[in-house]
Amino acid sequence: MTRLGVALALSVLVAACAKPGPGHPPGEPFDPYENTNRKIHEFNRSVDRAVIRPAGKGYSNFLPDDIETLIGRFAFNLSLPGSIVNNILQGNGKGATEDTYRFVVNSTMGLGGFFDPASEIGMPEATNADFGETLYVWGVREGAYVELPLLGPSTERATAGKVVDIFTNPLTYVLESPNNYYGTIASVSSRLSDRGRYSETIDSILYQSADSYSQAQSLYLQNRRFELGNGSGAAYLDPYDDPYSDQGEDPYDQ
Amino acid sequence: MINNLSRRYFIGVSAAFTGVFATSGRVLALTDQSAKNLVDRVVGDINKVIASGRSVGAMIQDFERIFARYADVNIIARSTLGADSRRLSAAQMRAFTDAFRGYIARKYGKRFNEFVGGKIEVKGVREVKSWHEVESTVYLRGESPFQVLFLVSDRSGKDLFFDMVIEGVSLRLSERTEIGAMLDRRRGDIDALIQDLRSAG
Repeated sequence: MTRLGVALALSVLVAACAKPGPGHPPGEPFDPYENTNRKIHEFNRSVDRAVIRPAGKGYSNFLPDDIETLIGRFAFNLSLPGSIVNNILQGNGKGATEDTYRFVVNSTMGLGGFFDPASEIGMPEATNADFGETLYVWGVREGAYVELPLLGPSTERATAGKVVDIFTNPLTYVLESPNNYYGTIASVSSRLSDRGRYSETIDSILYQSADSYSQAQSLYLQNRRFELGNGSGAAYLDPYDDPYSDQGEDPYDQ
Repeated sequence: MINNLSRRYFIGVSAAFTGVFATSGRVLALTDQSAKNLVDRVVGDINKVIASGRSVGAMIQDFERIFARYADVNIIARSTLGADSRRLSAAQMRAFTDAFRGYIARKYGKRFNEFVGGKIEVKGVREVKSWHEVESTVYLRGESPFQVLFLVSDRSGKDLFFDMVIEGVSLRLSERTEIGAMLDRRRGDIDALIQDLRSAG
């Protein structure tokens, strides 16, 4: 029953990925929901100002850096099984194998993921595969840009992926309550910790940009497209989604 | 909400300025090894400057000099204006370019100290369309390594870089968004934008 529900929800979400009209200028973000997105952006900014920013700073000042790093690693290690599942769904056997080795090594020698011997012995980097990427590999289009409450910049495709990723991590099924909350708590903690550590950068985008909405959108879309191109091994995207289409113009040709 | 990618973007820009020395001059004649050696020397020198405890103001000045010398500031500034650049008189364009150079130096130069303990390695060069793309990897303490591309062209008459792309995030495109927003805020008034830009960053 759950599976049917997930499959249904997924097909609805994927079908909902909007398509830019034929007159849409290439290189411009596809943002038909800009009015709503901007309202959510303002909400996110006010939540950040009132809660997340002070909490992040407090958290970061309260905990020694080393402890924060440990928690970050622990949370990341718990996300690996989800990555492995997504690699398999993408037909990326190499990625799935590498992430599996990383998970095994860090869970055992790394004492449950608190340490990262996998990187120290030079194992391949984690693939960071998520279901949004799986949808990309399956040929689902990016859809419109959306800003999600609390979670921030996203696209329709990435949002559908986030929803499904709640179910793709096998640990959700294996662990019993309350153990299955450790991952969530750790990942919330590591996000707070990032907000504290990267405080200046995030402040400069959210509070010092002329238009923080557009700036966050631009940074997110450029980086997300880059990661998809790299993560899946396909160096370049469909020209309509091509992050380089704008750079592709030679600035000297004017 | 916005994770460390944006931090990497900022530090990447700062860090990459140190790598700029490597891309200057006869880039195309550089081998990976000589470029790497050059960058290593530069990074060493920069770290010495940081360790010497110079003020942020002094570092920003160093930074602006580097940017002016090794980047094609004219073409970067012009392209951040997009189609609006055609409306500018020659004098306005000069004023805008000067203000833009200072703005970039302040915005990214003040993040310079976060680069302490890091290093850049040049990985390779390849030809893309009408320019050359120099790929480098930036290593920062406590971070996983990330990629920075320099897009270098000689179409200005000299080998200069006209963009930097940090993990897919282009300096030129990001600044186009920002400059566009600043211009909108001034309802398209170029002179007001130039005024704003002189103190922004």
